[in-house]
Amino acid sequence: MEDDKSLLKPQQGLHPEDNSRRNFLKQSTLLTAVALTPVAAVKAAESHMDEKIAEAFEKLPLKMEVNGVAKSLQVEPRATLLDILREQLDLTGTKKGCDHGQCGACTVHVDGHRVNSCLTLGIMVNGKKITTIEGLAKGDDLHPMQEAFLKHDGFQCGYCTPGQIMSAVACIREGHANSEMEIREYMSGNICRCGAYPNIVNAIQEVKEGGIAV
Amino acid sequence: MKQFQYIRPATQQNVLDAITKSGTKIIAGGTNLVDLMKRGVTAPDKLVDINHLPLKGITPTKSGLHIGALALNSVVSENALVLQKHPLLSLALKAGASPQLRNMATVGGNMMQRTRCTYFYDTTMPCNKREPGTGCGAMEGYNRMHAIFGASQQCIAVHPSDMCVGLAALDAVVIIAGKKGERRIPFVDFHRLPEDHPETDNHLAKDELIVGVEIPDNNFAKNSYYLKVRDRQSYAFALVSVAAALDISGGLIKQARLAMGGVAHKPWRLYDAEKSLVGKAPTEENFKVAAQIAMQGAKAYEYNAFKLKLAPASISEALKHAAGVV
Repeated sequence: MEDDKSLLKPQQGLHPEDNSRRNFLKQSTLLTAVALTPVAAVKAAESHMDEKIAEAFEKLPLKMEVNGVAKSLQVEPRATLLDILREQLDLTGTKKGCDHGQCGACTVHVDGHRVNSCLTLGIMVNGKKITTIEGLAKGDDLHPMQEAFLKHDGFQCGYCTPGQIMSAVACIREGHANSEMEIREYMSGNICRCGAYPNIVNAIQEVKEGGIAV
Repeated sequence: MKQFQYIRPATQQNVLDAITKSGTKIIAGGTNLVDLMKRGVTAPDKLVDINHLPLKGITPTKSGLHIGALALNSVVSENALVLQKHPLLSLALKAGASPQLRNMATVGGNMMQRTRCTYFYDTTMPCNKREPGTGCGAMEGYNRMHAIFGASQQCIAVHPSDMCVGLAALDAVVIIAGKKGERRIPFVDFHRLPEDHPETDNHLAKDELIVGVEIPDNNFAKNSYYLKVRDRQSYAFALVSVAAALDISGGLIKQARLAMGGVAHKPWRLYDAEKSLVGKAPTEENFKVAAQIAMQGAKAYEYNAFKLKLAPASISEALKHAAGVV
């Protein structure tokens, strides 16, 4: 995983010394509150002005490529890649299951490698290429893995399916789809509570044996 | 999750300068830390992202193999040198977590991960590790996953890593950077037992950074094995795991290394069992004797007494696999 060096240089706002902006914010809001009439101060508090101002200051720039499209965003450091995809970019194909890295529903590819987007802080993928389930199909042509999941009934409720498919594609690319045993082991990070596992394995095996590039 | 400041210092020196302040934590893969932050188990004021530091390399040294602290678990597990020299480490890594998590998790982060004791994770329960002085919920609670070796009145949690069990067995050394330069400590001395301070998992000082581990060259590559016993076949923490490495020559064991996971607050080396195997033939009988020796001093709690049988059976089984006498 080669990182784009230019994006990894410390950016403005990322230095430890920039702690001062917080103090500035605290002091300035305090001064503002003192200067305001009591009525105005109460109104400001009611509309959570402090929080809104603080939020604007606390956001950091995030540049990443999502499904081939360059994105330039402002994000809170605590925002996960999953939440950014779903809430800021409206890419709701990636699902939030457990939100704790235990179910795999949130699996996406970062620079070609599958990861749990629920445990990935968005700010940490700055400069990287993200592929979500929305990025697999080419226009109206489904990806071979999507076709295979349809053909083999690789799902029931469908909630885990985007994560299963992203993982399945990675599983073949990694070279870990050489037997049923190996597929089961390397798909173990994706839980399906409907129990569609046998059909998921069949779908992966068909794509693998078909020899189509995934 | 509580808001925090995020910084990405340019150099290792800048990282060392940044981590001295309390409330500051290093983030690498984040697979454990982000989870703990979401659950409110930990709430740092500042995260120091170190992922861009040049600590990803896996390189041979004069007498061993150096693995950078930021090398990914997935990369290490499939590295040609690791597979050739230390297949045990590869097996241990592949037994841990899921492919997605291994693509994120780093060697240093794996060492720094916290226990998965449910009482540690549940902020409504007492836990001396999370909040010193509040008591231990597990001691009289549902302690099925807990320690049978080296526990204290304060804490009976276990270290959750598989990788660390492998590295402990392979006599790895941890390389640590601090303000005064580098220091090296044996891997087995990196993690600590809970004693009266279960809140402290290891001997890494607040202002230090793990930069890598080094595994000395050995003769164990032909005869080693990692056995992990868990509630389901994959993607679960160990009930008991065993790293077994044998140096067999002329039909006799010249050297043995054994370490266990899922049984103590740190990777648990079985020194006496190792000694008992030296000069012996690699037979099931001898392995069973070694396993019994390894169990001396074991102590179970209400729900984990099954480990007193499971552990020796696992040691014996792992040794059989390592010796190729299955």
